[in-house]
Amino acid sequence: MNPYDLFIAPFADFGFMRRALVASAALGLGAGPVGVLLQLRRMSLVGDAMSHAILPGAAIGFLLAGGLSMMAMGLGGIVAGLGVALLSGLVSRHTRLSEDASFASFYLTSLALGVLIVSSHGSNIDLLHVLFGTILAIDTPTLCLMGGVTTLTLCVLAVVWRPLVMECVDPGYMRLVGGHGAACHMLFLFLVVINLVSGFEALGTLMAVGMMMLPAATARLWTRRLWTMMGMASAVATLSGLGGLLVSFHYRMASGPTIILTCSLFYILSLLLGPAGVARRLLASRP
Amino acid sequence: MTGTDATPDAACAAGRAGPIRLHDIAAGYGRAAVWQHVSGSFAPGSLTAIAGANGAGKSTLVRALLGEVPLRAGHIDYGGQRPRDFGYLPQARDIDRGFPMCVADLVLSGAWRVTGAFGAVDVALRERAARCLKHVRLSGMEERAIGDLSAGQFQRLLFARLLMQDARVIILDEPFTALDAPTTRDLLHLVDHWRDEGRTVIAVLHDLRQITQHFPSVVLLARGGAHWGPTRDILTPALLEQAYGANAMFACPMGPDDGTRPDGAAADAWA
Repeated sequence: MNPYDLFIAPFADFGFMRRALVASAALGLGAGPVGVLLQLRRMSLVGDAMSHAILPGAAIGFLLAGGLSMMAMGLGGIVAGLGVALLSGLVSRHTRLSEDASFASFYLTSLALGVLIVSSHGSNIDLLHVLFGTILAIDTPTLCLMGGVTTLTLCVLAVVWRPLVMECVDPGYMRLVGGHGAACHMLFLFLVVINLVSGFEALGTLMAVGMMMLPAATARLWTRRLWTMMGMASAVATLSGLGGLLVSFHYRMASGPTIILTCSLFYILSLLLGPAGVARRLLASRP
Repeated sequence: MTGTDATPDAACAAGRAGPIRLHDIAAGYGRAAVWQHVSGSFAPGSLTAIAGANGAGKSTLVRALLGEVPLRAGHIDYGGQRPRDFGYLPQARDIDRGFPMCVADLVLSGAWRVTGAFGAVDVALRERAARCLKHVRLSGMEERAIGDLSAGQFQRLLFARLLMQDARVIILDEPFTALDAPTTRDLLHLVDHWRDEGRTVIAVLHDLRQITQHFPSVVLLARGGAHWGPTRDILTPALLEQAYGANAMFACPMGPDDGTRPDGAAADAWA
């Protein structure tokens, strides 16, 4: 098999592969920086919980639209995700439960509710689509929605960059100078939710967060500069999309899990070889 | 209930900010009051330490001054100033040093009142930030990650941010904890310099020797209340025993090394 058949032909010959490639690039560009900030704010598991929390909203959208409609399910997912974020915030402020404990409680409830709704009103195939996504079946309107989410994410990050970063580093100072740290936190959670909703059509609710967290963790093993970290996370996510699609095409494997496993491969290689990885540390500790 | 002057902007603009007066204030968490019936005044240009045993409510008093803790009783008269215009040095553990931020960016955050959340950082601000770093002997470290600094360098960096803030009232929460003697000496000189410039400095301190040497006034928190006044009148064995209980002998100041007290009196009269 020549390089053209290996790398170009799948995309040149099949429209669904081209759309899947653009979708994974759009996902990577938005989810990479958001994932980096999530990790730096020590909220990795909150991202995971949030990805499950959007399920009942998506399921209700599925019911109302009478089938798999990205627009209806996406809107439902945004409402459910933001609802869980708000409730968790309220619970953590007014009880002794921390925010991650509140998220854990609400996301489990949401996940169970979502699976119940989809399984009682749709087929098992529908449930599988919601849980694991269908990146090869993405249509043009869905692609536009994903591109829109990425554009909005990058624009919002650019505008609220300074307060968002300062809120991570020194929240007390932000409170003192009236920097609207709480508003920034909520805006950031909104970005997390819309990126997860964008990702769940392609990768499903169970794996959408993978495109956010694995590239971010990979980038953190290579650099300590924030801008480089974010750019690298986006690049790793996009390359994982490309690599995962090619592997899944040639070896007839499920595309969503293959993309996430490609992200994992980048992560494991970085864990071994990156400047902050295991090999460097072992070499440095040798006498 | 807190009370503030009606026209802080006008007062600040005119440069005639008055003293910060605490009128019989109380604060606490949950049902328990940390302290109550606290009254006193921070005069403009004064240097006041807040002392007391662990759990006495020193940081709570600081947070009350900053408007972060709601008062259960009394009110604070800020003398025409706003808490958001105060310079504040938090405890080092309150800052995430693992975040990939460089030294220059943290110092520039001190110019928040100028830039706001969205304003540009111009050349003049960068030059001022460089001067602030030079003042605390961190020149040339602008691009270094804050996580790579030693504890002493990081504290110097936070003092550089205070210089950048250029505030008339500066509140320091345990500014010299875990610092070596040279760094502490340098930063104490900076505090003395602020006093000479007429700035009001309020500092939470554990080291009573530092208080006796550098702070003419003290607020000693003890048994849910506060003893407020000149350092020589407050840091007495009886009041220290109230504040520190059986540990009073370990907290008791040995007197200034140089034989002088903050108010210039002889050390032998101190004993």
